[in-house]
Order: sequence, then structure tokens, then C-alpha cells
Amino acid sequence: MKYDSQLFELIKNEEIAKGIFDWTVKNSNLSSAAKAGQFAHIAVPGKTLRRPISICDADNNTMRLVFQVKGEGTQIMSRQKVGTYVGIIAPLGNGFKIEKDKRYCLIGGGIGVPPMLYTAKQTDNPLVITGFRSKDLVILQEDFINAGAELVLTTDDGTAGVHGFVTDVLKEKINEVDEICACGPIPMLRAISQIAKEFDKPCQVSLEERMGCGVGACLVCACKVRRTNGEEEYLHVCKNGPVFNAEEVVF
Amino acid sequence: MADLKVSIAGIEFSNPLIAASGTFGFGREYNEFYPLSVLGGISCKGITLKKRDGNPPPRIAETPSGILNAVGLQNPGVEHFIENDLKWLKEQNTVVIANVAGNTEEDYCKMAERISDSDVDMIEMNISCPNVKSGGVQFGTSCESVGSITKAVRKYCKKPLIVKLSPNVTDIAEIARSAEAEGADAISMINTLTGMRIDIQTRRPIIRNNTGGLSGPAVFPVALRMVWQTYNAVKIPIIGMGGISTWQDAVEMLIAGASALQIGTAFFSDPYAPVKICNGLEKFMDENNIKNISELTGTIKPW
Repeated sequence: MKYDSQLFELIKNEEIAKGIFDWTVKNSNLSSAAKAGQFAHIAVPGKTLRRPISICDADNNTMRLVFQVKGEGTQIMSRQKVGTYVGIIAPLGNGFKIEKDKRYCLIGGGIGVPPMLYTAKQTDNPLVITGFRSKDLVILQEDFINAGAELVLTTDDGTAGVHGFVTDVLKEKINEVDEICACGPIPMLRAISQIAKEFDKPCQVSLEERMGCGVGACLVCACKVRRTNGEEEYLHVCKNGPVFNAEEVVF
Repeated sequence: MADLKVSIAGIEFSNPLIAASGTFGFGREYNEFYPLSVLGGISCKGITLKKRDGNPPPRIAETPSGILNAVGLQNPGVEHFIENDLKWLKEQNTVVIANVAGNTEEDYCKMAERISDSDVDMIEMNISCPNVKSGGVQFGTSCESVGSITKAVRKYCKKPLIVKLSPNVTDIAEIARSAEAEGADAISMINTLTGMRIDIQTRRPIIRNNTGGLSGPAVFPVALRMVWQTYNAVKIPIIGMGGISTWQDAVEMLIAGASALQIGTAFFSDPYAPVKICNGLEKFMDENNIKNISELTGTIKPW
């Protein structure tokens, strides 16, 4: 038995930026198994579908999940009271493949930043580049510092950190790292994967797609990949991903 | 002790709960939650002669008490299924139903012939998929076309034949009668109801296929009504489905006329739904002194 759905006690629910909520949930059976880049599939009262949320951090007893309110489901989640028991299937999917002795550049854009925290904790002295639209959406900066990362903050409008995109910083610093891991909006991932290819650096990207079962049975969260023989086919974000080798993704 | 066993067209099921096609793949993923023997049967992901890529994403959207999907029959093809999945499935102690689809009547016949030569227990003919351009529901919306394809496939099908019906029709009971008249051994119903959602900012449908099939608790009352109407029209057994998510829904569906049940969208809310439904059914039967679950079928007392 690889999968299990269990109840997790919500022990913290805090709005850490406008519309962005920081959950800590407790379950000693499942939390300890989580790997960087995997996700949790969360039951939402009154909703047919669960909400897939990437794992921001985990230890032996707890999992941290940071999510943005985007619709009714995440709205309901944001209003859950501490002490509530939440049905969660976790950990799911394939996370980032981290090798020892490599220096990583970890890039997060917007709500793609949270999974990079747990990833940062699994790597040695990573370069972390976090990008946000504006100052009021900036999250997790202290956590990255505490994780021992070399941290760069960018905002699209220049209200905090470097005025510009994560890709501007990546181009400057790419020779300081061996490999790139990224999570964020598709245009950002596309740009990062082009830069990685140009500089001949391996690159892993974490994708998002509207999801059903979360385990690979219903085939709804399709993403197109190109195989080495040039053939294109649909794989599925939940089971084959969410982390893919950037080279094979057809953006 | 409650007896949950049911028999459909001579095939014995350990309980009336069958995983609905398209929600359960070929069973491997859910086997990571529990042994598949907890299910009476599995209707596998719809298969076609050749591999199909399916539709571009997004393929799913949530709706009030339900979902829309338009996967578009992504599958590895019948030969891949037989070589890679069937042997394993047959070892799981549950009834294996192959759900088949095609572009033409000839495709359906070839599929029936090929699968009749395998260890599959039953064939479910899918003439009700709303999400593909050709094949699927085009065969399922008139009595003539349902009768014609059932008759043709019957000649090649050496296994018990279930015909899966679309609710997107004016009179589903008449369509079921046509399938019965041409040799169907059972009816499964309902497939999804065609629907859509639109993103008000982009004015684009949320599903890339524009339209998708609606399923989940939202369609349950429609499914129940259709099963009842069909039960009054045919003698062959009905496998009822459409939004069943609790044991109470399951009891209702049996009372309306179903002999067995399929569970689909409920897996997405709770992978353990069929286990919970089975437990609930057993308790209900014990409390009401019902020895065999089939005693419930069609016991509705309409006003």
C-alpha cells in the first residue's frame, strides 16, 4: 500500500500575505514520508474535488502547506478553524531529484515559491530566487534565510528587492550553480528552461494542471511531453509529475 | 449475515459495487489504497483498437456538487491492455469488465472479437462518451443506431454484453429496449450529461474541449429517475450509476431498479467511498432484515 488518506489536525492557519494562507497540519504517519516537490491532496468540505497543494515543509509530525485563495475551494480552506481535522492524501507525485555535491538554483514564482522551501532544506547552500508581482505578495523570505540559502528577492513592479524577473537574476548567476529547480507560472518556467538549455544546465520544473483523482487513474491533469525519439504524448501531472525534466516538457 | 453477492448475466460479483470506467484507470493506482477484491468489479478505462492521446487540457472543471470532464478516451489501445494490464487485473479477485469504444461499427465489432478471445469477464459497450469527435455517443442517441450496433457487436461478442447508455436522449427507456431486443445482456446507465462552464474573465470555456460530461452528486436524481424508467421497460439487469456517493444513494439506486452499481466521481472525493458504501449497505440490511442485497432491486413503491 503506497497511498493513504488520513485525517490531519489543523494546528496553524495564518494569512501571511494578501490571500495567501499558511497551514500546519499534524499527522505523524504520513508527514515523515514527504519529499521535496511532492503534493498533498486536500478534501474540502462541500466540494467534490480535492485541492492539490504542494508541500512547503515537513518533519516527523507535521506538514506545512502554503496556498493562495483562487476560488471557492481555497476560500473554504482559508476559513478552516485550528483544531479541525482535514482529510489529506499525501505525499503524492514525484518530487525534485536532488543529488549530493551539486549546487542548486531553486526558483519560485508567486505561489510556486512554497515548495522551494522544503527543497532548499534538502540541498546544501542553494541559490534561491523568489519572484513576486508586488511587495504585498512576498512570502517566506525569513524561512529561506534560516534554511541557509543565498536568497534573492525580485518583484515585477520593483516595490521590494530587485526590480525585474527571476530570469534576469538567473542569467547573471547561472554559472554559480550546477542545476536548476523551478516552480511557478508557465511563462516563467518556459523562460527558465530556455536559459537552462542555452547554458547547458540540467533543469527540473514543477507543473500545475486542473486535477481529479490525484493518483493517476482519471487522466485529467494531462501535460504534453516530448520523448527522446521526438514523439509527443500526454503524461499526467499527478502521477508522472508534478516535477518533470524541463527538456521534455512541451510548453 | 447480510449477503452482498449479486449476479449479472451469469457473472458473480462479491458485492454490487463496481468501479466506473474512466475514474479508476486499470486499477493499479487504487490498489495502492486497498486490495481491489473489496470491489465487486472494475470497469476498466475505455479502450479502443489503437492508442488514443485524448484531448488537450484542461480536461476537468468543478461544478456545484459535481464535475465536468473531457478526457477524450486517452488509452494505450486494446493490445497494450491485454498484454500489460489484463493478466494482473485477473489476479486481483474481482470481476474485470472491459469498456470498449470505437469510431465505427466495425471498430466495435473488432474490439468485441478481440476481447472475447481474452480472459475479460464482461464487455461494456461504450456508446455514450460525449467527449470524442467520432465514435462514442453518436451510436447511442437513437433507437435505430443502438439496435444496429448492438446487433452487429452481438455476433462477435462471446462474453456477456453490457450496453452503456447516454442520458443525452429524449427517451432512455426506449433506447434500452432496442439494446435488449438486439441481444444486450445488461444495461449500464447513466454516462455523463453534456455540460459546460465559462471563465467570465477570458470568456473561454474552462474545458478545452468546450463541453464536457457532468458527473457527481449533481446528476444523481437524474440517474435515479432514468434507472427507474428503464427498469419498467426492460427485463435485463441494470447496473445503475450517476453520482452515487453514500450508502443511502446506493440503496435508493437499488430500490429504483438497479441490480448492481457503479461508483465513479466519488473516488475523487474519497478513495475509500466503495468500502464505506459496502459497510453502510451491510448495516442497513442487517437492521432491515434483508438477507440478500438483490431483494432490494426494483422494490420502489411509486405513488
